Parts: sequence; structure tokens; C-alpha cells
Amino acid sequence: MIRSHSPVTQVVAIGIGAALFFVLGRFAAIPTPIPNTSINIQYAVLAVFAVLYGPLVGALAGVIGHLLIDMTGYGIWISWELASGAFGLVVGLLMLRNLIAEGEFPRAVAVRFILAILLANAVAWLLIAPLGDVLFYSEPAGKVWAQGALAFAANSVTACVLGTIILSVYARTRTRTGSLSHDQ
Amino acid sequence: MSTPVLGYIDRPGPLHALSGVSKLVLALGVVLGAMIGFDVRYLAVVAAGSIALWGLSRVRLRDLALVLWLIAIFATLNNIGIFLFAPGYGTELFGTRHVLVAGPWHWDVTAEQLFYQLTVTLKYVAVLPSVLLFVATTRPPEFASSLARIGVPYRFAYAISLALRYIPDVQREFRTISLAQQARGLDISRAVGLRTRARNLGSTLMPLLMGTFDRIESISAAMELRGFGRGPGRTWLVRRALRPPDVLVMLAAGLLVAAPIVLLGVNGGRFWNPFG
Repeated sequence: MIRSHSPVTQVVAIGIGAALFFVLGRFAAIPTPIPNTSINIQYAVLAVFAVLYGPLVGALAGVIGHLLIDMTGYGIWISWELASGAFGLVVGLLMLRNLIAEGEFPRAVAVRFILAILLANAVAWLLIAPLGDVLFYSEPAGKVWAQGALAFAANSVTACVLGTIILSVYARTRTRTGSLSHDQ
Repeated sequence: MSTPVLGYIDRPGPLHALSGVSKLVLALGVVLGAMIGFDVRYLAVVAAGSIALWGLSRVRLRDLALVLWLIAIFATLNNIGIFLFAPGYGTELFGTRHVLVAGPWHWDVTAEQLFYQLTVTLKYVAVLPSVLLFVATTRPPEFASSLARIGVPYRFAYAISLALRYIPDVQREFRTISLAQQARGLDISRAVGLRTRARNLGSTLMPLLMGTFDRIESISAAMELRGFGRGPGRTWLVRRALRPPDVLVMLAAGLLVAAPIVLLGVNGGRFWNPFG
């Protein structure tokens, strides 16, 4: 059985997903030895939301969460916010019809999840964010593609590793259909 | 424990008295205008206007000092990045080359490059104060009702209002779980290696996420029980009537978007070229 979420649940998931994205992006970055670079764990969480609640939730939670981070920090930079939304959208679209909420997370689905994240990251950070920077903000192409490649590499690794762990733990907390057997 | 996140500052001033809608339209106008426009004269006017508004708003510089520092660092790094990767980009854009300082390899400092980077930096100065001011002078509930009023579907606006409502809660929960895990000996500070730190952060993240999924379920059940999403519209608790100053502000926002589009035609391109 594929669960479909009611529009109300989707509205709530967008709002709370964006809040979570904001808090993790703002306060829970893991500092690395490289200055001004931190590991962003919010994209792993965004991917999980996109898988569990669908592409629309993934896209909007990404855009709103990223907008809120930027509004209270570096200022609106539209191309990168759109890229966050695209990431959620692509992961959600590629992971439609999964049974994770029913407790099923076999290896094939995990592989599909990792491929979806890689593709979504490529679309977001190698295509939309740099292209938007060049078109909207007329930034030099070499610089934005270098930034995009860095974001692609870092986000792919964290989202694949953390996202898979989160989904497998989540699947274990769910009760499978037909997990009870009748004792004769 | 929870610091005010979106930084609304309660100190009545002329900007606080405006309705949220007009401030939102103004902020959007500045963001859009500065996105389209690359004319340095236009950006300078917008930047000056933004700073003047700041002066009017009675929001003190000190209130936002930390944020301003971050922005300054970000802008500086961005400028260094542009110069390292594309020191000849200004020449490419403007078609002339006036070398000011000859540097190693292709890192010559040209007047065109400096002018281009000045334009990019002015973009920051033009956009940032207005967005920060909007955040500092608008109460979060009014933000959502303003969005609904400029035509955003109310379900979407309500999602934003939910996000703003739950940010402090999520933050508090994150802190509580993190402290509890630290009390159990899981360190996430710089004192331990990167690997341990990542694993320990994971064990903070997991309870937070599981709690969040439960919370989504109970909130959506509560909203569904109250009939959310049945009607074509909804009413908002915080809503202010538009007054003449609001209309003026919105007209100004329209001008801010129209000006760069007119300038596109006048300059025959996105940039104003003083070298030609």
C-alpha cells in the first residue's frame, strides 16, 4: 500500500521541514579544519523529507528554509535558494512510490536513494546554482562552477551517508504490514 | 534559552508603523531590481536609499552587528574569489583594458575589473539593509498574512507561518537533546576528531528527527480536525489596513523594479560602461 499524504499534512511538513532546515543550517553546522567551510547536514534532512512526504514538500521546504537562512544572514541570493528547492524536488520525484514509511528499506531502495541524491545534487549545484549566478548576477563562470563543484562534492557525501542512516533507522521504527502472525 | 531568531526588534518607529504588505513589496522590489540592474548609478541610489531607511527606522547598528560582520566577511571572500578565478572578467565585459598594477601571470589589476567588482559589492550593499530591515521591523505573524495578501495561496503562506512558529521549538528541542547527549559523554565540540564529532551529532539528530515526524502527525491531525484547508480563503489574526504611506512605499517599489528595465534599454546592455 502506498500512503498518500493529505494536503494538510503536506502543509505542516513544509512548515516544519523548513524550520528544521533553518535550525540545522544555522546552528548545527559541523566546523571543519578548512576556514569558512562547514559540513551542511540540512540537505540530508531535506532529502529524507522529500522521500517521506513527496517532491512538493521537498521543493518548498528547501526554498523556504534556505530563504529564511539567507534573510537572517547573508541576504537573498535567489539562484542558490532555487537550487535548494530543485534538490528537494528531484529527490522527491525520483523516490516516488517507496515503502519506507511501511518499514521496507531494502538494499535496492537504498541504492536508488543514493543515485537520486547524486543526480539531484548535480542538477542543483552543477546546473541551476551556477547558471543562475551567471544569468541573474553576471558572476564569472569559472568561479561559480568551482563553488558549485565544491558544494556538489560536500553535499553529496553528507546527504548520502546521513540520509541513508536516517532512513534505515526510520524504517526500523515503523511497523510492517503483515508483521503479526496469528498463533494457532 | 531561545534567542529571538528572526530578529524582530520591538521599538516603535516610522517603519514599524507601516503595514507588513508594503514593506514586503518594497523588499521584493529591491531584491528584484538589484537582481536585474547592473547599472552602477542605479545600484548606488538604491544602496543610499537602503542606508537612509536604516537611519529612519531607529534600528540600531548594534542590534545587527554580528550579522553585518558575517556579511562583510562573505562579501570580502566573494571579491577575492572573483579576482582569483577571473581577473580579466571586467575587460571581457567592457571591451577595454586599463592596467593599473601589473601582477604575476594573469592577475593584473585593471580599472575595468575594479569597476566590475565595485558593482557586485554595491549589489550587496543595496539588497542587504532592506531585507534585514524588513525582518527587524515586521512581526512574524504579519509576514505570513502579508504574503497571503499579495496573492500567495494561503496554504503556502500558512506553511511559512508554521515554519516561523516552530523554529524556536525545534531550536529548543535540539538544544535539550544535545545537552542530554553531552551529559552522557558525547562531545560535539572541536575537542574531538571530525569522525567522532559527526557520529555524535548523528546521535543528536536522530531523536530530533523522530520527534519531528511525530509532531508533524499530531499537528496535521489537529489542523484537520479544525477544518484547515476546507474553505477558499482564511482570515488572519494580524492584519493592518493600508494607509497613504503604504501606497507610496508600494509605488516606490514599482519604480525600483521599472528603473533597471528602462536602463537595460538606455545602456544597451546590463552594464553601464564608463570606459567606452
